Amino acid sequence: MGDLFKELEKDIRYREGLKACINCGICTSVCPAAEVSDYDPRMVVDTVQQKDENLLRDLLKSDTIWRCGECLSCKTRCPRGNVPCYIIQSLRALSIETGLFAESKEGRKQLVVKRTVGDHILKYGYCVYIDEVQNEWYPEQGPVWEWLRENREQTLARFNTSYGKDQAGTLRNTAQESLDDLRRIFDETGGTARFKKIEEFSAKKAAEAGKEFIGDRDEYFNVLNNGEEQEK
Amino acid sequence: MAKSRKNEIWEAYQKEIAEDHYYFARSCIRQNFFPAAEGLYLRILTEELGLDVFDDPRQTSCTGIAYHSGVLPFETIMTVVARQFALMTEAGYKNFVVSCVTSFGIYVEVLETWKHNPDIEKRAREALFNATGKTFEIPENLVHASDVIYKYRDKLGEKIRKRLVNASTGEPLKVVDHIGCHYAKIFPEKGIGGAEFPYVLAGMIDSWGGDQVDYPERRHCCGFGFRQYIIKSNRGYSVANSKKKFDSMEPFKPDLIIANCPGCTYFMDRWQYVIAEMEGKTYGADGYGIPVLTYEELAGLLLGYDPWDIGLQTHEVAVEPLLDKLGIKYNPETKYDGLNGKKLKVPENPACLRIC
Repeated sequence: MGDLFKELEKDIRYREGLKACINCGICTSVCPAAEVSDYDPRMVVDTVQQKDENLLRDLLKSDTIWRCGECLSCKTRCPRGNVPCYIIQSLRALSIETGLFAESKEGRKQLVVKRTVGDHILKYGYCVYIDEVQNEWYPEQGPVWEWLRENREQTLARFNTSYGKDQAGTLRNTAQESLDDLRRIFDETGGTARFKKIEEFSAKKAAEAGKEFIGDRDEYFNVLNNGEEQEK
Repeated sequence: MAKSRKNEIWEAYQKEIAEDHYYFARSCIRQNFFPAAEGLYLRILTEELGLDVFDDPRQTSCTGIAYHSGVLPFETIMTVVARQFALMTEAGYKNFVVSCVTSFGIYVEVLETWKHNPDIEKRAREALFNATGKTFEIPENLVHASDVIYKYRDKLGEKIRKRLVNASTGEPLKVVDHIGCHYAKIFPEKGIGGAEFPYVLAGMIDSWGGDQVDYPERRHCCGFGFRQYIIKSNRGYSVANSKKKFDSMEPFKPDLIIANCPGCTYFMDRWQYVIAEMEGKTYGADGYGIPVLTYEELAGLLLGYDPWDIGLQTHEVAVEPLLDKLGIKYNPETKYDGLNGKKLKVPENPACLRIC
């Protein structure tokens, strides 16, 4: 067994996700990602089940593993107790650990995820925070959100929230002590290291593409977020 | 299969919901996109039902959206969950109620992992202690916020001023229930009615006088997709899956959609706006969409709270057609007011979707 498989088998998500696939295809038939993209969870499970190191490497550097939406509808339906989504979670983790995520167009977009919901956790204590959700980035929010957000000192006060306040309640400020706890948990459990890997491998790809890479919403972030990366 | 046997099967999908004394875990999405909802939920539990619920300022995101988007290790989210349990323990509570369906799935998944892998629980405890010096007890009872409203649905049913009935015709309103995938698809035994026939919202519809809409794509995902929504260029995944549901429910002419997941509420509301603007297609009558409410927004409305005080104007799809059907009086002049009646500039009208 190759090194990549040894690493994969250390992951509890992989061990719990793969029992014995009978290739029935029920997972694919209920999969929202398969409905709208070139994605087939049955093939992913079939591929890892072969335990071929080269096929696994190809999978880790492919767009395929980034198509899943992690709804976990497949867990409910599999008649043999496999969980294709858990396998995907383990493949995504290994793809980032090995840097192979940066070899696929979809994998490279993980920088966008890290710099939005990822960084927001350590900055605000929330994955999502109103100050960061501009209509320019999220046009589907529409005019009502624009009204709510532009007038948030007023609207959020009317709804009796704790926005901007150091007290319990909706949208309160997260205390520095709590943010420090999160930072130390991330350091202790590999969250910080994973964020660092995403940034480091992305920096190399940005340099290859000749795009600005200075953090936050830089040129490379926008290229990835807007899906404007040129196919090689 | 005999009907009686079938009923026996579904009896296994009931769950224990504690009577009282809950530690409340908030939702990232709900706080931001429906900012009046959690305050309303706590008001219903404490003022209408007289329950004791602790709202802790020290809690944080469970980090579930980042985890399910593939940027955080399982070890990190397990330890953040452990910290939330430590806060519950420090506060002297044993029952844990979760506002978000993604978070609910995360908490259940972590507890199930620890149950079957004591070594992993041990490592999570060590990681939490090393990082924060905290220790914790496992909650005696862990439920989703909608479970508590479900438990007390008949008690609330005795208090409501309006039932889910068309005030003009006397006919029950047709209500779509949408259950967030992570409520019961991951661990069916943790949801009322399991994954196939979840009854947590349908029970409220039945108790409050409405008719359930049983449409073909009733159990299909709303299309969040975590990273597929976070990344702007991937959002076609999300809107396409929501559209599949809207197209499927449209022939049944629903008066209302209710959801128990903050993300699902958000997507089923916002994607109706997008589909209207992109394709000129609306799913309600007269250029309106189908209103999408959370379960506590619906409860608050039926209890007689002012729709604008409970934040129903923060939805992109206008709720006025629903208010009119229910015979609820409202003041259109105060809809977009700020604090204490301060007049604010009203939202621009979309090109297609009617918002007032």
